[in-house]
Amino acid sequence: MSVSERPSALPVACTLPKDHLLKRHIAMRHRVGRIWYFLFLLSTIVGIIALTALLYNIVNQSFGLVAVQNTVEPETLTINGVPLEELTREQLVSILEQYVSKGVMRRLESEIPFAMRSRDNIYQLVQERVIRPEILMSWQLVDSVFHREEIAAFIVENYPSARLQFRAWLNPDFIRRPQSSVPALAGVRTAILGSLWVISITILVAFPLGLGAAIYLEEYASDNVVNRIIQTNINNLAGVPSIIYGILGLAVFVRALEPLTSGVIFGVNDPTTANGRTVLSASLTLALLVLPLLIINAQEAIRAVPRSLREGSYALGATKWETIWHHVLPSAMPGVLTGTILAISRAIGETAPLVVVGASTFVSLDPNGPFSKFTTLPVQIYQWTSRPQDQFRNLAGAAILVLLFLLLSLNAGAVLLRNRYSRRIQGIS
Amino acid sequence: MTIFTDTMANSSLSLPIMEPRDADCVIEARGVNVYYGDFRAVKDITIKIQRRKITAIIGPSGCGKSTLLRTFNRMNDLIPGSCVEGEVFFEGCNIYDRDVDPVEVRRRIGMVFQKPNPFPKSIYENVAWGARINGFRGDMDALVEQSLRQAALWDEVKDHLRASALTLSGGQQQRLCIARAIAIQPEVILMDEPASALDPIATLKIEDLMRELVRDYTIIIVTHNMQEAARVSDYTAFLMMDKDRAGMLVEYGPTDQVFTTPRDKRTEDYITGRFG
Repeated sequence: MSVSERPSALPVACTLPKDHLLKRHIAMRHRVGRIWYFLFLLSTIVGIIALTALLYNIVNQSFGLVAVQNTVEPETLTINGVPLEELTREQLVSILEQYVSKGVMRRLESEIPFAMRSRDNIYQLVQERVIRPEILMSWQLVDSVFHREEIAAFIVENYPSARLQFRAWLNPDFIRRPQSSVPALAGVRTAILGSLWVISITILVAFPLGLGAAIYLEEYASDNVVNRIIQTNINNLAGVPSIIYGILGLAVFVRALEPLTSGVIFGVNDPTTANGRTVLSASLTLALLVLPLLIINAQEAIRAVPRSLREGSYALGATKWETIWHHVLPSAMPGVLTGTILAISRAIGETAPLVVVGASTFVSLDPNGPFSKFTTLPVQIYQWTSRPQDQFRNLAGAAILVLLFLLLSLNAGAVLLRNRYSRRIQGIS
Repeated sequence: MTIFTDTMANSSLSLPIMEPRDADCVIEARGVNVYYGDFRAVKDITIKIQRRKITAIIGPSGCGKSTLLRTFNRMNDLIPGSCVEGEVFFEGCNIYDRDVDPVEVRRRIGMVFQKPNPFPKSIYENVAWGARINGFRGDMDALVEQSLRQAALWDEVKDHLRASALTLSGGQQQRLCIARAIAIQPEVILMDEPASALDPIATLKIEDLMRELVRDYTIIIVTHNMQEAARVSDYTAFLMMDKDRAGMLVEYGPTDQVFTTPRDKRTEDYITGRFG
């Protein structure tokens, strides 16, 4: 096209703003931008306020004043001036024999013989059976701080024999102790261990299955009607209410596969778990629950691997599998691990399906394998919040803090792993 | 007419031989049509690629140059919905035959892409990987060094072979991709606009490199840049879109002849810059 053919004037009359109009126009556009900025800021602030309120509520419950009354004061249990905490095993047993009825002693002996119990265990029995601390009342953190005098006066007036003390419900003992029906002595060790067992097996089962299905669907499955139906169904499964997975787990893992999930076919014969309500059943149920989530995320991650990378591999005479294994998977790993983080978060907080599958509400023995009875933190929290006594709500608050911490540390592990992968891909390391 | 040159002797062909071989012709396309779904991208192309020469494929955007190039090592197989009609003979056998494994085709016909696409691994690993999966036994360090030297990259990277390939500049990355391609000693190297993403200095380096490599390899290069085609190639093929937007071969011949005395009016218009 030569110069002469070009139109000399613009075909459209120029009505674009100029000079001071232009300045005003630009200023107006900036104003629009600022309005949106404030809207986005506002939504962030709302989120932060909600989170703060949640944390405030939990922390408020987890710490505060309590009025404690011991049936037997620990000071009276000193032997030859040695305080209770430093007594030997035998001395503790003798204290037990002194204060506890013969029938109870026989029952304790038949559960686990005294000779086989650790000193800590016996010490705890002394606390539970002899000292029997009873928390008469508890107050929340804010009240405890601002109305301390009134509370103290109230105690002196109503419970002259009780002592007022500040109690952090979340304390080392709370994490170390197993479940107990005495709020002052209850702990979450069994629940933490149960949660860890369940989550570990869930991830061990769900991660390879999810990644494998994602690889198949993205790399191998051809685009036909059957595969599209499968894909749609996986997407839908991610939105199915978790209780339905619980019902499925109850029918399949607890009932139909009972010999497998109770460990009978592996020769595990634990009289206390002679049914399928085990860690394994719970893990498999949760694995089903998070599987769609894992598959969808892994598929997204695999799809995001640039085609140029695959082509580079194929152009060197690589087979499909070599391309997937050496190039696609390492590049997709950060995305896959992000999905795994989401899956862990979802699984660790699930309550409903576990209640259906048969999480025990009261487990005082540590789970020691896939075939143990179990309880998990959310189940424990749920159970405590539904008790009428105030003290259990304090316990629930402390257990929520433990759950949040556990969740954070598990996720931190996955985030670290992900960062290592993405650094390697970006070539920083 | 079967003549065993040294290249043929060391290429233990597992591809079934269908046609008598032409000593000077490595790749021959006969009546190639490529479809993406219903769209015909390349129409009825017949071309013979000469051994140990650089053949440039030029033409306006969207005329199917890259598509044609990618039919030579079955790279189009990877694009869903694509379909190739016609025959492409490599050393006398049709690579689109049913029992030909595309993996073997790509092992013997390497490719360098428009955008440098090194693997997100170390420089060393980028070169070594292809050789390793293809069953290379021997001194890997020596192979890596030799490939990087051939690609004129050795001096720049020899002190940090373990660094990520992504820390290299664009031109270095492209030369790394060339090193990676020649490490598996292919018989033909396809280059899809290898210098289009590079600055003039890096472009010159790549062009010098091609002149070096053509002593041992057959090179087919797609380029937008006619000066580049004129500078570097021995043969030039000019592709153009037909009225139905399918690319077709307008003219093919020695570069000197195509650029100085084109037989076709459209070629002349294109190389003199009258359109496109």
